[in-house]
Amino acid sequence: MADLTLNNVKKSYGAAEVIKGVSMQIKHGEFCVFVGPSGCGKSTLLRMISGLETITEGTCEIDGEVVNDRGAADRGLAMVFQSYALYPHMSVRQNLTFGLENLKTPKAAITTKTNEVAKMLQIDELLDRRPKDLSGGQRQRVAIGRAVVREPRVFLFDEPLSNLDAELRVEMRGEISRLHGRLGNTMIYVTHDQVEAMTMADKIAVLRAGEVEQFGRPLDLYNTPANMFVAGFIGSPRMNFFAGTVSGADLILPKGDRLALPTSGFDITEGAAVTLGVRPDGLKVVSGDATGPHDIHAEVVTVEKLGGESYLYALTAEGEKITVHSQGQTRIREGDKIALAVATDALHLFDSASGKSHRRDTDGIPT
Amino acid sequence: MGKINTFLTRTRGRNGPDIMDWLTYGYLFLGVALMFGPVLWLLASSFKTEAELNSFPPRLLPYKQEMITVTGYDDPLPLYIVTEGEHAGRTVAQVKRIGLSAKVLDPENPTETFKIKTSEREAVERVALATENYTELFEKFDFLRYFWNSTFITLTATIIMLIFNSMAAFALSKYEFRGRTIVLALVIGVLMVPQTVVLVPLFMIAKELYLIDTLWGVILPGAATPTGVFLLRQYMLTIPDEILDAARMDKASEWKIYWRIILPLSAPAIAVLAILAIMWRWNDFLWPLIALSRNENYTLQLALNSFQGELDTEWSNLLAMTILTLTPIALVFAFLQKYIATGIASTGGK
Repeated sequence: MADLTLNNVKKSYGAAEVIKGVSMQIKHGEFCVFVGPSGCGKSTLLRMISGLETITEGTCEIDGEVVNDRGAADRGLAMVFQSYALYPHMSVRQNLTFGLENLKTPKAAITTKTNEVAKMLQIDELLDRRPKDLSGGQRQRVAIGRAVVREPRVFLFDEPLSNLDAELRVEMRGEISRLHGRLGNTMIYVTHDQVEAMTMADKIAVLRAGEVEQFGRPLDLYNTPANMFVAGFIGSPRMNFFAGTVSGADLILPKGDRLALPTSGFDITEGAAVTLGVRPDGLKVVSGDATGPHDIHAEVVTVEKLGGESYLYALTAEGEKITVHSQGQTRIREGDKIALAVATDALHLFDSASGKSHRRDTDGIPT
Repeated sequence: MGKINTFLTRTRGRNGPDIMDWLTYGYLFLGVALMFGPVLWLLASSFKTEAELNSFPPRLLPYKQEMITVTGYDDPLPLYIVTEGEHAGRTVAQVKRIGLSAKVLDPENPTETFKIKTSEREAVERVALATENYTELFEKFDFLRYFWNSTFITLTATIIMLIFNSMAAFALSKYEFRGRTIVLALVIGVLMVPQTVVLVPLFMIAKELYLIDTLWGVILPGAATPTGVFLLRQYMLTIPDEILDAARMDKASEWKIYWRIILPLSAPAIAVLAILAIMWRWNDFLWPLIALSRNENYTLQLALNSFQGELDTEWSNLLAMTILTLTPIALVFAFLQKYIATGIASTGGK
């Protein structure tokens, strides 16, 4: 068992507060991803959990025990670093055994464990090589192996795939997921890539400027984002936002376009300044008879043709950038004026000033 | 052989050497002559007898006068060729020199002696090495004692210096602490203080600690050098912090991180510093001269100096000893110079 609990954890460097009170509970066996733009404090938070950074305020508990004052190695955690941080002067085998030797593990046990892990990660052929003789993917495996061999309670990953090329990244993503399935340990994974977060996580914590914006299951974050930041961050390409004023059942945009507001699920006040969020696949290009009173008018700036699908990047009358997903191949070209209709029920409504969602009973939003 | 030949006869001009080749080789040969000329002269001179060293004009190779043993005389007699006068052309052995004339005899007819003028004869010589210059060092002087003193001081001081400097460099490069910049500035500041300025205070401190006239008195004052700290720190800055974090996660103590991670990874810089330290210590003269007074504690450099008397200098032994003093350090440098080049290149940047 390895439950991890953060209670209002804070970190400041002098007067600068970089982690502004984070609380969350990660249950045993969960794969939790910290995601956020660079500089949001996700790596710092991970290092605070690992013990490499001190915790200024609040507590970090592992299995109910406060570990604030425990050294990095005594918390029973293992970490995989962004640069792999293999010891360049040691062979792969020595890299794997260094930690075990420091833990005073008997020699026979070290050999067994090392061989076992090496086999599992398919690096048993490389044990006598130096890190500089390995490819990026192999180094990554060794770095993971070094963590696995210690049999930690919690695995920490600090952007481990950011140095790999796209193809290898997809492969290692699957590998880490399988590893999680096989070991069943708690894992905490830091990334700035929301695709990694969506594909791997049991739970995602979206961070911004040292605060958790939302913590929950990937699809909950996708379907019911707690605020505009999460809505914009999760999902690719990002969600389109239309800011306007509520008038009856419609949202009036500054230049006169009207959009129908969702009929249920949201608290709507007449005359309020709100922002409607629609994902790119929720907009449809309409023409001729299909046009109606609730269309948005925009001018196409860029067209991305991927073969099976196309993306249109356009500017609304208000000058807002929007993205439209269209299935198949499109004939629309740059410079075309198009009319767009909302063709989905999956709408999101936010307060324009605070960015908070107007959704009723918003689950999973930290208080 | 073929490779060396092609290497040595490479030219810039495609069809034989062009003007640049001539200039380049001319410049290089001048450099070689300037640098190795004195050393070769020293080497040749160290095999010359005292008399040969004092003769004028000097000759390049060491010569020795032929001697001959003649029955009836206990010591071998020097051989001469008579150049002028009635005996011109004869080879004679000199029995005794009296003023401007010499009493000589014919080695083939030893009973008959006659007189010739010293200006009318020429010594019979051959090229020979005066190896006694070297053997005397071991017989008359306690060369091995000085050699041991020098070696002990050099090795001990280098090891102590490497340990102290690398620990200081580790702290200054990898730990965040209050006053780190000030400490570093102080260390670099010391670089600008000439050694002669601190000589007197250093002597007084060493005296208080009863270190004067002991080998440790030479070793300890140089245990930490600002150059070494700075050089190693610059190199250690290039070691990624994540490796240290990884070691911390692997439950390595800070000492273990230093010993197992930092030191091996700084090996190129440490090699450079080791070579420099060995050369500094081996060639050090001023401080040992002040700190050591008893003859038995002398280093090679001091012993060399003691050959140079106020009235009389034994050049033959002095030169021989200079060669013996030079050889170890030259060997160290010859074998390790490639580390110096690569090490300095890698410590400089980044």
